[in-house]
Amino acid sequence: MTDVDAAVAFERAEGRGTSNAPRRRGRKKGWFLPTFAGLVIAYLFLPIAVMILYGFNDYAGKYNYAWQGFTLRHWGNLFDDPDLVTALQNSIIIAVVVTALATILGTMIALALTRYRFRGRGATNMFIFLPMATPEIVMGASLLTLFVTFGVPLGFGTILIAHVMFCISFVVVTVKARTQGFNAEWEEAAKDLGATPWVTFWTVTFPLILPGIAAAAALAFALSIDDYVVSTFNAGKTVTFPLWVYGASRQGVPATVNVMGTIIFLVGVGLALLNVWFQRRREVA
Amino acid sequence: MAVVAPTVAQPSAQPPARRSPRVRWIAYLLLAPGLGWLFLFWLWPSIQMFITSLQTGTYAEGYTFTGNVGIYRDVLAAYPEQLFRSLVYALIVTVACLAIGYPLAYAIAMRAGRWKNAILFMVILPFFVSYIIRTLSWKFILADDGIFLGTLKSIGLLPDDAQIVNTTSAVLGGLIYNFLPFMVLPLFVSLDKIDPSLLEAAGDLYSNKRSTFLRVTLPLSLPGLLAGSLLTFIPVAGDFINAELLGNPNTTMLGNVIQVQMLEHNDYPTGAAISFILMAAILIGVFVYAKLLGTEELTG
Repeated sequence: MTDVDAAVAFERAEGRGTSNAPRRRGRKKGWFLPTFAGLVIAYLFLPIAVMILYGFNDYAGKYNYAWQGFTLRHWGNLFDDPDLVTALQNSIIIAVVVTALATILGTMIALALTRYRFRGRGATNMFIFLPMATPEIVMGASLLTLFVTFGVPLGFGTILIAHVMFCISFVVVTVKARTQGFNAEWEEAAKDLGATPWVTFWTVTFPLILPGIAAAAALAFALSIDDYVVSTFNAGKTVTFPLWVYGASRQGVPATVNVMGTIIFLVGVGLALLNVWFQRRREVA
Repeated sequence: MAVVAPTVAQPSAQPPARRSPRVRWIAYLLLAPGLGWLFLFWLWPSIQMFITSLQTGTYAEGYTFTGNVGIYRDVLAAYPEQLFRSLVYALIVTVACLAIGYPLAYAIAMRAGRWKNAILFMVILPFFVSYIIRTLSWKFILADDGIFLGTLKSIGLLPDDAQIVNTTSAVLGGLIYNFLPFMVLPLFVSLDKIDPSLLEAAGDLYSNKRSTFLRVTLPLSLPGLLAGSLLTFIPVAGDFINAELLGNPNTTMLGNVIQVQMLEHNDYPTGAAISFILMAAILIGVFVYAKLLGTEELTG
């Protein structure tokens, strides 16, 4: 590799453009890919923009489809519908409990899989993968057959059980991604310095894998709060936010759905950007 | 760092050997609660679903186990179109997502430079909108007098009775939209991992762009391609929300049948039998993929 090539490779690895470096043969920059990418991104944005826009539509009657003028009234009477408030409360409580349980259970599995060698490790890896390969509808339907067979009353509890179940595998995979590249020698060093396994875990291991655990928790929260399919089979009379939206859409989608969607979207994006900002700051510091 | 580097560069698939019985005991203790949960609420329901599918009876009088294997023949005879649609829609959507997602993932990995993370974030932006609302939003866009058709109609480009919502195209469009990010992300990961010096080497050896792509880039991105295909195909085959919200009675998929049988007719044996057929078809596919790829690649 020549020095120039090395410089190009380095700049690319660093994510910088190659504008100053001499162009290599056959790497003329085309317009097709950037244009195509831009169009696809616009396509991904379109429904989001429409959702936000129709939260401001001053429509009359049941159907919020044709644009009829700007209004803020849907933002004003957002919490007038007690069913919506209950649904939101249910969704948030369920998501918080599910996140806590699934993150703890999944992190424990991930630690066992990456820190220890034991009989059945390969089988466990495969078994963890299976729930992720099962379509949601099959998980929902099969859990329903179990609950029906044993006369378990459907509701809050059965939703919790179902959500924790489908979140565990995602937590394991996310935390594993962090623990796999992990350097065991730091743990050995702690032990050599006289730390007990318990102290080693909390002072060395845990802080190192914490970003992975946080990512897994965020994923579990998002999966739980947005779940419709599994919930619809196991909710009984309990209504969560996605179930409420689905029910409301049966008689024309009310604009409050758009407004709630917009708020959740903004909060989610805001938190994600804040997270990025904090990480950048930590890296700089 | 010199001592540390090899370990970091090569995250070993095998964890360090710790064979003392006490340590192994800790591993099983860590596994027990989570695996127990999955045994109780994933494995057991799956078995129960099979048992339920072999029951006969009515909702009012209750269902009893009769070993009615014939239900599988009956179900396949009753819903061949839905089974066909589930698989064909899943195939079409997977191919379409690949056709749209590959160039996008390639552009992000190879051409985005310092905007890489920002563009990736834009790709997952739809995930910040609830799945149901995202799908409903397409109903807004495609509605007969909505912003798209309504505008085209009012300027006379389309006849007044033109319709997209409630058609197969709408269902496929909704599915492609909803699952595109699942295709793009794994593709991006494997394309981003490709060492640029490999592409340079191909160029130095007088490979043109086309053959560099076909013989270097494409083979190296296969793991992402296969993972993305699975992440798209499986959920689409089991989806019923897009068919329900954007389709008509002639676009129903197996998922719709399961939902109606289980929740509206309370016909658990029929619903269970269909679910079992769907799951069996998908698991067979996954095992074939896993064998082709090696399980470590898939299960990470």
